[in-house]
Amino acid sequence: MSTRPQAFTNVRLVDPASGYDGPGALLVTEGVIADVVQGGAPQNLSAEVEVVDGRGALLLPGLVDIRVKTGEPGAETKETLKSAALAAAAGGVTSIVVQPDTNPVIDDPSVVDFILRRARDIELIHVYPAGAATKGAAGERMAEIGLMREAGCLYVTDADRPIVNSKVFQRVLAYAKAFGVLVAHRPADPWLSSGAAATAGEFASRMGLPSVPAIAEKIMLERDLALVEYTGASFLVDQVTTAGALEALQRGRDKGLPVTATTSINHLSFNEIDIGDYRTFTKLDPPLRAEDDRQAVIEAVASGLIQIVVSAHAPAPAEDKRLPYDEAAPGAVGLQTLLPALLTLHHEGRVPLIDLIRTVTSGPADLLGLPAGRLAKGAPADLVLCDANAPILVDADKLISKSKNSPFDGRRLQGRVLRTLVDGRTVFQA
Amino acid sequence: MSEAPPGLNEVLKRTFSFPKRHFLSATDLNEVEVADLLDLADGFVSLNRQTSKKLDLLKGRTLMNLFFENSTRTQSSFELAGKRLGADVVNMSPRSSSISKGETLIDTAVTLNAMQPDLLVVRHSSSGAASLLSQKVTCSVINAGDGQHEHPTQALLDALSMRRAFGRIAGLKIAICGDVLHSRVARSNVSLLQMLGAHVRLVGPPTLMPPQADRWGCEVFHDMRKGIAGCDVVMMLRLQLERMDGVMAPSQREYFRFYGLDREKLAHASAGVKVMHPGPMNRGVEIDSDVADDLSVSLIQDQVEMGVAARMAVLTALAQRLDNG
Repeated sequence: MSTRPQAFTNVRLVDPASGYDGPGALLVTEGVIADVVQGGAPQNLSAEVEVVDGRGALLLPGLVDIRVKTGEPGAETKETLKSAALAAAAGGVTSIVVQPDTNPVIDDPSVVDFILRRARDIELIHVYPAGAATKGAAGERMAEIGLMREAGCLYVTDADRPIVNSKVFQRVLAYAKAFGVLVAHRPADPWLSSGAAATAGEFASRMGLPSVPAIAEKIMLERDLALVEYTGASFLVDQVTTAGALEALQRGRDKGLPVTATTSINHLSFNEIDIGDYRTFTKLDPPLRAEDDRQAVIEAVASGLIQIVVSAHAPAPAEDKRLPYDEAAPGAVGLQTLLPALLTLHHEGRVPLIDLIRTVTSGPADLLGLPAGRLAKGAPADLVLCDANAPILVDADKLISKSKNSPFDGRRLQGRVLRTLVDGRTVFQA
Repeated sequence: MSEAPPGLNEVLKRTFSFPKRHFLSATDLNEVEVADLLDLADGFVSLNRQTSKKLDLLKGRTLMNLFFENSTRTQSSFELAGKRLGADVVNMSPRSSSISKGETLIDTAVTLNAMQPDLLVVRHSSSGAASLLSQKVTCSVINAGDGQHEHPTQALLDALSMRRAFGRIAGLKIAICGDVLHSRVARSNVSLLQMLGAHVRLVGPPTLMPPQADRWGCEVFHDMRKGIAGCDVVMMLRLQLERMDGVMAPSQREYFRFYGLDREKLAHASAGVKVMHPGPMNRGVEIDSDVADDLSVSLIQDQVEMGVAARMAVLTALAQRLDNG
């Protein structure tokens, strides 16, 4: 497929990989970035080049979102790979890593292959699978980590289900290390968390909601870090959301452990009070936390202790959400609102733009060894053009995802995606 | 139809108007509304003691009882309240075993709503269920208990019992004792009684106390004798037996020893202390029969009587709003 070369002129380039944030232009040829002109305009463009005048808009590397759930295979009424890809494109997300807790679970190379084939057929954005760390993501026996790696899975994780058995987890870490596979794990003490719909505290107590103390996260993370130290395996903390767990993470980092941490855009944007009158779109796993925790998480993103922000996209249809709070399914869709929500966070003045953008571009891309996530000559032309200042009002019913469970419903955000390119092809245009 | 007793007529003539469509939470009420409801309920107490108890304030109205959790006491209390006010009352008890939880909650609500009830009384095991339901129906919804959240008519009847026993609520020292963690009665009472100026204490083992309950503006005690010392009212809560036996408390006998209300512990309260319990009681677990049956201290029978009157007041207030459009 050959398209005309394109030149994006009069844009503000934000490229965390090189540390550049400033005016410039960018040339795309044959699906790759052919040139990056920092601080000026490109010279001597041939007549063949299609010139896109950005009028001062931001030009960012396409976003890399490493924690996305769809319903495919097994629950296509929630979301298909295609509907997720369309939502991602509309949100400026050009690479996603889908979670393995599908039906069947992505725990063998044939399912990895299925995801990759479906993604190629859809031909919209880059879709990569994460494999299950244990068979059936049941936490008991190791999955075929090596074969899944060969088939193309990017890391292993049991997604929402903590691997409770420390012996199993120790083996997963040790084995994955030998194959150079990154292991991700959700830190949540399963006994403290069981049945919880909210974080323990004054709010949950008043609302009569079953709750989990915030320390459940720290308790499991402390165990995980001890096993990481013991095995030397590369480890990804799947969503740190509490101040207590951040302390543990800091200690692990100070020791030089090979640990990277994510948090979700939801935990950066909301606290437990947003549950309001039992709004089930705010029911998440991990649950929304106290404002002190949210502030600590924002601080950790600013300081670089948390290097990756994920959408934690988890579609749940109306029938799973239109229930009493404790019975409703947890999770929120987020692909389409990730970038506007991040830009809104930037406008609130807490984190410099380039540092926020790093958490959704070169941060995750470098960790997983992807060529995307940078504005560099020769890199794939995965790009997003956006107006950082445009106000938007989120209307969940108008989101592209098949499920509309967005906690941002009715919220005003500041930042709008104008155009998304994958390998030089425009996959979304506002 | 019966003659309304004179006191009730006076209250009914007062042109207070209840501004809310639903009765979901004690926190939705203000002091003036509560005082009005209590005055109205006082009038209904007199009516209920007459031979002829029936009025036509709710004539033509349909009240539906929708109880997803069994409760003979509360359901019959609402049923009587509705009937004495002249409403048609229908009891729906979707058997919890045959419904697939909340999906049916909404579906049932929408179905029932299509039958054009005016007042829907709901009890459900999930916190927030009544609020969720109120968003899906066009009639007035009355929360008769939602999970561990609220039971606002219970708080109203408790306040009525106390006001009649002491002549006031402001300044009373009230200890709410037992399984506060799982108690919607406790939550509604804390909100309502604090609004009315009472000093509320919470007493129970740490395992049955909600996290950060001290931030509710209540003093929290784990020693029952200290907790009820000097109190005018000791309100016991029902404890579910399956939470004993090492789950939330080591055993029934240990629980009774430290948190069961008996004469010896009650002696630490103020001289004119009154004992309350929302029922049904576990005798010998949270309360000694000796105390529960002593009519000189126990308001437990009064509470049941006040329940009908308080619910009549709530129904009347909501129906007035329906009448006014």
